[in-house]
Amino acid sequence: MKTPSGHDVYGIGAEYPTAGALYEAAKRVRDAGFKRWDVHSPFPIHGMDDAMGLGKSWLSAPVLAGGVTGLLTAAVLEFGPSSILYPLIVHGKPRNFWTVPAFFPIMFELTVLFSAFSAFFAVLIMNGLPRWNHPVFNWDRFTRATNDGFFLIIEARDPRFTEVEARQLLEESGGQHITLIHED
Amino acid sequence: MADAITAPDVVRAEASDSIESKLKRVPLVLNRRNFRWITDRISGVVEEPAPRWWWVTFAITSLTAAFGLFCLGYQISTGVGTWGLNHPVGWAWDITNFVFWIGIGHAGTLISAILFLLRQKWRTSINRAAEAMTLFAVICAAIFPGVHVGRVWMAWYLAPLPNNYGIWPNFRSPLLWDVFAVSTYFTVSVLFWYTGLIPDLATLRDRATSKIKKFFYGIFAVGWRGSNRHWRHYEMAYLLLAGISTPLVLSVHSVVSFDFATSILPTWHTTIFPPYFVAGAIFGGFAMVLTLLIPARAIYKLQDIITIQHIDKMAKIILLTGSFVAYAYAMEFFVAWYSGNHYERFAFANRVLGPYWWYWWVGMLFCNCLSPQLFWFRWCRRNIYVVYFVSMCVNAGMWFERFIIIVGGLHRDFLPSSWGMFYPTWVDIWTFIGTFGIFTSLFLLFIRYLPMIAMSEVKIVLPEADPHFQSAEQHHPVAAGGKERT
Repeated sequence: MKTPSGHDVYGIGAEYPTAGALYEAAKRVRDAGFKRWDVHSPFPIHGMDDAMGLGKSWLSAPVLAGGVTGLLTAAVLEFGPSSILYPLIVHGKPRNFWTVPAFFPIMFELTVLFSAFSAFFAVLIMNGLPRWNHPVFNWDRFTRATNDGFFLIIEARDPRFTEVEARQLLEESGGQHITLIHED
Repeated sequence: MADAITAPDVVRAEASDSIESKLKRVPLVLNRRNFRWITDRISGVVEEPAPRWWWVTFAITSLTAAFGLFCLGYQISTGVGTWGLNHPVGWAWDITNFVFWIGIGHAGTLISAILFLLRQKWRTSINRAAEAMTLFAVICAAIFPGVHVGRVWMAWYLAPLPNNYGIWPNFRSPLLWDVFAVSTYFTVSVLFWYTGLIPDLATLRDRATSKIKKFFYGIFAVGWRGSNRHWRHYEMAYLLLAGISTPLVLSVHSVVSFDFATSILPTWHTTIFPPYFVAGAIFGGFAMVLTLLIPARAIYKLQDIITIQHIDKMAKIILLTGSFVAYAYAMEFFVAWYSGNHYERFAFANRVLGPYWWYWWVGMLFCNCLSPQLFWFRWCRRNIYVVYFVSMCVNAGMWFERFIIIVGGLHRDFLPSSWGMFYPTWVDIWTFIGTFGIFTSLFLLFIRYLPMIAMSEVKIVLPEADPHFQSAEQHHPVAAGGKERT
């Protein structure tokens, strides 16, 4: 599929005047059975995940894995040298089983450190970021998505996508400035 | 942008008598500002040319910072004897400054993490600047323990690495815990802060007029496009970062206090230290947040976003944590008396009547215990000058507190024959002043180049951000003819 100017079509986008209008439109697009589409807003809209038919984010899984890795790293880092490689007696203080809690602060800190890194990198990787460019930026109105604009874009890759049907759906849901967005 | 610049006409109206209007929540953003106004006003701070005061202030602070760095260089090249350290006072301004700066950082993390988990929506107006303050304060703090070891090139001994004899650091030592706590704290604070910045950097990227700005904001915005499929993971990441930062911030100053509490020195060897230090850190940190934000809000006309309600709430936190601190001070005296320990009793009598007596009377008693009590009164919490005066008192008082704990604890040893005093040298004094230069220079650069208020988060607290928002009248008592208390 081509735009009038001869480019490949990425999708069709519409702008909505308010967060509420975008929310209602998202529910209609979800119910129409589209799969490859997205909404864009300057801030996260409460309840939009349900309106789009998305479940809860599974980002907590990599963060848990990161936290466990941090805990184990700290355990190896502390018990390795202190119990195996070079056990030290400092100030004649005991170094038996009951001193194990003295290792907890560093275990805690590394658990936190590794969890934070995994949260940070997981959110980037799961969102496919960073990336240099994206077809949605070809739409000149789209700069308002980080200011006060609310956008809904249905991708041409969606198996249910036809320009007529998608345009009609966006019009009926109150979309304005409906535009074909080109790929490159 | 012309209409956005007009001075905010804050409505000061009498509270209406009807119960309904009394129960109405005061809006967090005043004067019914919309999304675009928020974007324009906050981005405008970064986009407009730097005002003259900025250049003048930055020149002064960066010169101060440079002189501080010169003092550090002099101390490193000449030796730790350029400071006034001696026996028995082996820790003095260096560790006082370290604890002072690291404590200031805690307010930023409290605002960004703990208040987020507690769903305190008012935090959105102040969290970005407070988190930036945290980072800069931790940078200033990190200078001192690194340098006070004397031979800085041996500072790698702090790292968990074996030395040339194959000996590892003692992992049971609070000093090593401190290395992990502070470095983790700094790293996690950077990650949390940057994660929060990404959507706002995208806003600046989309508004940028020059290619260079578009390139750099574009790089750091990592291609953010406000997609809800992204927001879904982003919000979870933000929640988890807040969740792990909450115990982290409580742990950092607890670990700092262990440096003292695990020793045998009277006034240091107490179990009250971790909560006492954490409360003091938040107390001092909020004072610094107010010190920075009260001028910033006036200069950049942000009174509709950082409203008097926000200042009122921060004043309440200062009152709360200041009262914790006052209670801890009182409890230290009680325990010293109740323990019957000769040395403890002497140490606390010496705190009040000894050679550093006025540090206690001015710093701990007046600045930290008495001055925040003004915030019991609503008028004081809402008077900018009173709030500024108290926050300045607390800034000074918290430095005095750390000095009293450290030098006050050390200068009277168990044996009177080893008693001594501490006198700072010019290097001590200028290194400390230099860290203020570093701190304020970094903060000035921050407000020049980055959005000092989290735009995407402030937008969420507007009523029209709610997808079920119906009409202006329903949510805005003022629009409906009701009266608004600000």
